Amino acid sequence: MTVPRTTVGPAQVPRHWLRMVVIWAVLSAVAVPLIVLVLGPHLPPGRMTAEAGSQRDANTVMTALLAPIVVAVLVFFVYAIVVFRERGTAIVDGPPLRGHVPMQTAWVVFTSVIVIALAAWGSYTLIVSSHGAGGGQGPDPVAVPSHRSQDLVVQVIGQQWNWTYRFPKYDDVETDHLELPDNSPIELHVTSLDVTHSFWAYQLGVKADAVPGADNVAFVHTRNDGTFNIRCAELCGLWHGHMYQTGDVVSPAAFKSWISSQQTAEAPNLRYLPPFGRTYYPAPFRRAG
Amino acid sequence: MNRAGRVLAVSAGIAFAAALTAYYVVGYLMMTPPSVAASGSPPRARLTLQTVASLGFKPHPDWVSYLAKNPQGKWVHGTVLKVPANSLVTVTVYQYDTATGLRNPFWGGFHGTVGPVTVNGKPLKTLDPSLASHTFAIPDLGVSVPLKGVADDAKNQCSVAPCTLAEAHNTIVFSFRTGKRGTYRWQCFVPCAAGFILGFGGPMQSLGYMDGLLRVV
Repeated sequence: MTVPRTTVGPAQVPRHWLRMVVIWAVLSAVAVPLIVLVLGPHLPPGRMTAEAGSQRDANTVMTALLAPIVVAVLVFFVYAIVVFRERGTAIVDGPPLRGHVPMQTAWVVFTSVIVIALAAWGSYTLIVSSHGAGGGQGPDPVAVPSHRSQDLVVQVIGQQWNWTYRFPKYDDVETDHLELPDNSPIELHVTSLDVTHSFWAYQLGVKADAVPGADNVAFVHTRNDGTFNIRCAELCGLWHGHMYQTGDVVSPAAFKSWISSQQTAEAPNLRYLPPFGRTYYPAPFRRAG
Repeated sequence: MNRAGRVLAVSAGIAFAAALTAYYVVGYLMMTPPSVAASGSPPRARLTLQTVASLGFKPHPDWVSYLAKNPQGKWVHGTVLKVPANSLVTVTVYQYDTATGLRNPFWGGFHGTVGPVTVNGKPLKTLDPSLASHTFAIPDLGVSVPLKGVADDAKNQCSVAPCTLAEAHNTIVFSFRTGKRGTYRWQCFVPCAAGFILGFGGPMQSLGYMDGLLRVV
């Protein structure tokens, strides 16, 4: 695309804008549906829980909104390089830019609307529809689901270097593997027995710090069966990188069977466990060293 | 000093620093902790370990530690253990340390073992967590076995490794099954040394003491 230098003048400037807008509109019209329909279903963290689904929706919306902005910048950049580059040997300074009030106003209004709209949508999702979006809310959560009394309470206990789980509804049994029933509201109480860990169940969309002496509550509503990865997301010592497990979301019947087998297997040890509590202050009976 | 002398001195200094750096880097890269192979042959293997309250020699003579017996019957201060894949590994631990108690009583149960776990020849289903001195745990294989400590007032307690069977100890025997090849970490869950109120330190955070690797080959 070349523009004869002899014809360059104020009368042709609108044509450049028109070309750029057309190119931008076509590329955006292609990119946005591709992102929403093709890329979106593969964005993390999946749809194993309602919270994970809302996080994927957020990732999709943010990426789709970002695309036209990125395309606009790239189109202007490439168009300017191709069309406005200096072809002669003489380097002549261009006309001075004095500002453009309508453009500046439109830019401020447009970007403000985007940011405020995203903030409002994000806040609504975080507090109302997604009940904390899978994040730890501390001991007194603000975004509480209405069905909280029906939740399956699971306590997540971090320790150097493994995770264990207590189920107060099932005789306070403790396990070193996590299984959850599908289509069920879950209330995770995350704590630690030593240093600060962070419980990150990737496909569940859950991430909550495990702090000694603190009860960090996170809500999650399981949807689909599958295996999820659990990692520690807080550097916690020698085997931090090995503080990895997998968990499973299974049918309610399979969960009942599993928890029953755990109760049987752990029965001999159950009497030694302390009463279920929101936290367990690190208290070995004696401590060497 | 003339110009040639200064150049020579600076060059010598740079060469000395480079040599020291190379020595350190090569030494670090070449350093491999001692590895102890299990005795026996697939599909069965045998590991013999001991835990001691204080190693008795440098660099950390007062640190608690595991030791492993090599196939020649010699005790080795090393926690990199080599076992065959898809095999039943029987572990005998001579436990010479006194009890500290578990931070999480859950680990007082026996997990991931095959067949009975015996303490001094008697089968046990679980251990009172307050009696635990150490645990031998391979989390990735689901194995965790608490090791009963010797009584605080036991006579003839061992003070320097390797300890002998004539000294006060408990003998814990258990088996677990290995699967595919790989390297798995193992550790102790008892805050048995430098177990500060907020986390492990010293031997609890050091390979060769209360942490190790299980190489399944």
